[in-house]
Amino acid sequence: MLYYILRRVLYTIPIAIGVSLIVFTLVHLAPGDPLSAVMGEVDQKMLAEMRASFGYDKPLPLQYLIWLGSALTGDMGYSLRTGAPVFGTLIDAAANTMVLGVAASFVGFLVGASAGMFAGYHHGTWVDKAVSAAAIAGVSIPHYWLAIILVIVFSVQLGWLPSMGAGAGASVLSWDAWKHMLLPAIALAAIPCAIVARTARACVMEILSMEFVEALRARGLSERRILLHVSRNALPTVLAVIGLQFAHLLGGSILVEVVFSWPGTGYLLNLAIFDRDIPVLQGTILLLALFFVLTNLVVDILQTFADPRISRA
Amino acid sequence: MKPNRLQSTLAGIGIAAALAASLAWGQSRPLRVGMTLSDIPTTSGQPNGGFEGYRMTGYTLYDALINWKLDNAKAPSTLVPALATSWKVDAKDTTKWLFTLRKGVKFHDGSEFNADAVVWNLDKLFKKDAPHHDARQRAQVAGRILSLKAWRKVDDYTIEFTTHAPDSTFPYQTTYVFYSSPAQYEKLGRDWNKFSQQPSGTGPFRLEKMTPRERAELVRNSSYWDAKRVPKSQRVVLLPIPEPTTRASALLSGQVDFIEAPPPDFIPRLKSQGFQITSNVYPHIWPYFMSFREDSPWRDLRVRKAVNLAIDREGLVKLLGGFAAPAAGAVDKSSPWFGKPTFIIKHDPAAARKLLAEAGYSDSKPLTLKVMVSPSGSGQMLPRPMNEYIQQNLKAVGINLELVTQDWEVLRNCRRAGAGSPICQGVHGINNSSATVDPFSAFGRIYSSKAIPPKGFNYMYYSDPKVDAMVEKSNNIFDEKKRDQLLGELHAYLVDQAVDVWVVHDVGPRAMSKQVRGWVQARHWFQDLAPVYVAD
Repeated sequence: MLYYILRRVLYTIPIAIGVSLIVFTLVHLAPGDPLSAVMGEVDQKMLAEMRASFGYDKPLPLQYLIWLGSALTGDMGYSLRTGAPVFGTLIDAAANTMVLGVAASFVGFLVGASAGMFAGYHHGTWVDKAVSAAAIAGVSIPHYWLAIILVIVFSVQLGWLPSMGAGAGASVLSWDAWKHMLLPAIALAAIPCAIVARTARACVMEILSMEFVEALRARGLSERRILLHVSRNALPTVLAVIGLQFAHLLGGSILVEVVFSWPGTGYLLNLAIFDRDIPVLQGTILLLALFFVLTNLVVDILQTFADPRISRA
Repeated sequence: MKPNRLQSTLAGIGIAAALAASLAWGQSRPLRVGMTLSDIPTTSGQPNGGFEGYRMTGYTLYDALINWKLDNAKAPSTLVPALATSWKVDAKDTTKWLFTLRKGVKFHDGSEFNADAVVWNLDKLFKKDAPHHDARQRAQVAGRILSLKAWRKVDDYTIEFTTHAPDSTFPYQTTYVFYSSPAQYEKLGRDWNKFSQQPSGTGPFRLEKMTPRERAELVRNSSYWDAKRVPKSQRVVLLPIPEPTTRASALLSGQVDFIEAPPPDFIPRLKSQGFQITSNVYPHIWPYFMSFREDSPWRDLRVRKAVNLAIDREGLVKLLGGFAAPAAGAVDKSSPWFGKPTFIIKHDPAAARKLLAEAGYSDSKPLTLKVMVSPSGSGQMLPRPMNEYIQQNLKAVGINLELVTQDWEVLRNCRRAGAGSPICQGVHGINNSSATVDPFSAFGRIYSSKAIPPKGFNYMYYSDPKVDAMVEKSNNIFDEKKRDQLLGELHAYLVDQAVDVWVVHDVGPRAMSKQVRGWVQARHWFQDLAPVYVAD
């Protein structure tokens, strides 16, 4: 087992290098000059000088090696646009995305699981139909569209919640921060909420048909207690689903973050693309790609614990 | 005990003083501004983000030696003394200028502004071996002060500049260079990145706090050297909101007080809800710059005139909800440089057809023009519907306009590289809006053959000895009125030659809440936020 885990971890290294190579190549294949972000009104001659001073005149393979060398030591360079270190910028953005991801998962889990379990328990009634319809709508409606509708209703028409930004930079626990988080979290939560609701409903229905439920009823337990037992049995599956959704949310959502100008990784990526801020672009894509590589690694290792046959294969 | 007369008088004075103080300093509500930029422009001295950067973190935190007069909406902006109180050219050697600096000006950190600070800042930008040289800041301004060759401290409050050749437009070029505090740079360990977090300039605002991509908070510099420009707002918050609808929603929901460029389809709604909308013409042109290189159909004057006559500018303005002004040349008719062109740019499709027929084009042999356009970009207004409208106009006179859409940075790179370069993908022209703020930006850097890439912005490869001579001559006229007259003749000549397709001038709409006071929309790219405040 240990040997397998070690091998699996070592495999990650060539994968990560491959990912970094693809990231670098893709970024440099895109049309446009990497210096566009810093250039004001400079002519071709000055442009050539600038290119040399930033090292963009070197052959691409050499640029890649220089970049990889520094990235390995945690130095991902400086934003061409702002001059801020890319690593710090990425950490800030990732923290914002994480906060939003946690909030959205929480909303998604709470609403999705309770609605789904309730619908499953009252299978066939109008409540069940309403929840199922809402769940289908939840997975089908594009979340950026939902985001715009939320802004129109809650910010513009009702004026209850702010339409953009993450607030004045106070603590995450402040009311100001919560207010700013609410709409993007709801927009992001729609899909996980719907998926969780459907899973919970199916799960509860399946458990309800099991013999132990009959046995509980025969022993004279109240319906409320039975629902509690059923919910507890459904919970592991629902948690597994929300776990996957959470990992997905951490990747950031470009569209929702852009609509709300939420300063996370998705928004950062979008800005970096339009500004041709190559160091930030490379850093952000690399971070997101490595995040998925790591997620896969963790899942693989966890699966080994769950099913030891995998490590022998 | 009854108050005696002295007590009542003192109380009266006290109340009056308190009222006066509250009028002068009392605007406690912050002014929150929604910018179109996607990030806070750099704050270390020379802002990035083009002229919007200059507006937001340039003229707020800093001053130039000469500033623009931005308190009049009725006339084009002119130059006003700022960190320099006067300037004059040396009558014997017109490449030498003497600038007298203002005394008693302090940077935000309390250190003094003087000739040493000027030399230090110019070294920062243009002396590559200076220990504090900053390539990033240099890139923002190098193309705007091309005449500058050397600088020298004469005494503590006098600076001598030398230009490469006589250039009467040099004072305009100095308006783009801002002065950062050498003392603050030393204090922060000689680090420009740290300096951008805690900058120190001489401007009417100080930067208090900045979170990249989120917000910058500027606070009033109460000891600003120009008492008339001490800010009315205690605090100005700059928020980057690049999405137009997000920006408008933020205004409607009361999250910001003032936005730049509200989307035209939101304007009727904003107006009906009592928001203030302002606009004004400014030195901007939305043109097609066309190639004059070999094989370009644009070399034929009849074709150039025909395209200019085929466009229905009034219709286009209507399409933009009235937020544009039809162009009759590179500069607006109110500009002192408009002159008296004989070729009148108007909508005359019949004349356009006739000219095309004379040039040998017909329905069986139609003229095809390929133009590179961008989906968005600084000063580009609403490129897609505008270009499609022009496409229809040209179709009506028998011209096929092919639009090649590329993103903004590719378009800018094509402009730098010049017509015919591979990055331009074989187009005949580009739709790249341009600023005509000063004589050099308006004429020299675009129409002079000396500015053909790689040396300048003459994308078109336009070369006309007559234009070159007029540009050269205008640089040697140091009497402003006479120079304006010559520039008028130059502009009239360019219009008569129909060098570009001049379409419209932007009018820079802004929207703000009912409570916003003091805003004057100057006829300029730069604007002054100092007098603007939110009434309680």
